[in-house]
Amino acid sequence: MQFDLNIQKTLRSGKRSFHLDLRLQSDSRRLVILGPSGAGKSQALRAIAGLLRPDSGRIMVGGELLFDASRHIDLPPQARRMGYLFQDYALFPHLTVRQNIAFGEARGWRNPDRQAGSEAVQRWLAAFHLDHLAHQLPGELSGGQRQRVALARALVAQPAALLLDEPFAALDPDLRIVLRGELDALQRELGLPMILISHDVADAEVFGDHVVRMRDGALDAGAPALETP
Amino acid sequence: MHPTWTALALSLKVACWATAIALVLGVAVGFLLARRRFPGRELLDTILTLPMVMPPTVLGYYLLVLLGRKGWIGQGLQDWFGINLIFTWQGAVIAAAIVAFPLVFKPARAAFETVDGRLEDAARVLGISEAALFLRVTLPLAWRGILAGALLAFARAMGEFGATLMVAGSIPGRTQTLSIAVYEAVQAGQDDIANTLVLITSAVCMAVLLTAGRLAPGRVGYR
Repeated sequence: MQFDLNIQKTLRSGKRSFHLDLRLQSDSRRLVILGPSGAGKSQALRAIAGLLRPDSGRIMVGGELLFDASRHIDLPPQARRMGYLFQDYALFPHLTVRQNIAFGEARGWRNPDRQAGSEAVQRWLAAFHLDHLAHQLPGELSGGQRQRVALARALVAQPAALLLDEPFAALDPDLRIVLRGELDALQRELGLPMILISHDVADAEVFGDHVVRMRDGALDAGAPALETP
Repeated sequence: MHPTWTALALSLKVACWATAIALVLGVAVGFLLARRRFPGRELLDTILTLPMVMPPTVLGYYLLVLLGRKGWIGQGLQDWFGINLIFTWQGAVIAAAIVAFPLVFKPARAAFETVDGRLEDAARVLGISEAALFLRVTLPLAWRGILAGALLAFARAMGEFGATLMVAGSIPGRTQTLSIAVYEAVQAGQDDIANTLVLITSAVCMAVLLTAGRLAPGRVGYR
């Protein structure tokens, strides 16, 4: 089983409360969760990464137990080895492209210096055509370049799985198609288990070996299944 | 050394120590208030801001009550460590630090609140410990606001008068800071000394404000 998710969480904000109750098992390495904004997709992804602690449930990814409320197991995000691509990429604005990509390699109390970086950093810089931008700050990059930097940053850490939060939402339509193709090829090459959340059916068509729909915090069983060959 | 320079040196020494103390505590408390939700958070913020609006003499009186020989803290310090803070330059440091504290912690809290929590999350999933990500992500993104606050705190500590006079008195060469020396000079009719002291103080304050203006948020280079 690649993904065995059972996540319950009640979130409160003022007088409103939102109940997340996601039960989902998948053998697929490419899982797409589709749903409108506010369906709880991002919260589910945060729970898998360890950034949101569920009230109850169990989370297993790639055979590894990350969270089990009944057994009081809750690995911190630092120990889960999830490659997380944030919706707006969350690049560190004060660090150059190279420093961003090498960020996870520097384990101490200081950021990597401007020349730092292992072979892996160099390899991903080259693979994503970012060599010439290595010394730029994220604020100077285009949307597509930012996404590549964020992906490279996640991949250098050799994650056990990729979690992608609306990876193409911030991009122009043309660029979206190009980067979808790139990510598709990359995932096939690396064989990394991946969960992609999106509101865009086009993402499901490209990546969805297994597509589920979420609505109001839970799986939407009534929605027609989307099968891709 | 000429008394004027002694007073200036003492003022700088007191202001430096007071700013350092206010900086460390202000950053810690500002971070706590920006990032943790707990009951009484805003009440704590209000209490900690009080030194900014209370008359310095009232503050000085509180400090005398606390730090004096019969005070809660003063008596303990005297009994256990043989330390007396009243009428010492260290007492002046504490008075100035408390007056300057809100000027650091307010902008520090605001600066920490503007740091996008997702950047900290991004560091977490990359395996960076909480302490390291504070030093590598949160602090570098907040430091301009904090530094601008620290400079204002320094200027405020330099100019501290009321609380300092209450706690440390006005002993020439020992606790008589620049601003107190101005008062003493005017009282004694020594206008030439007062003129010199006032010009020096004004120059130092101008320099600090100019530097603070350059560092103020809104001139941040990235984003």
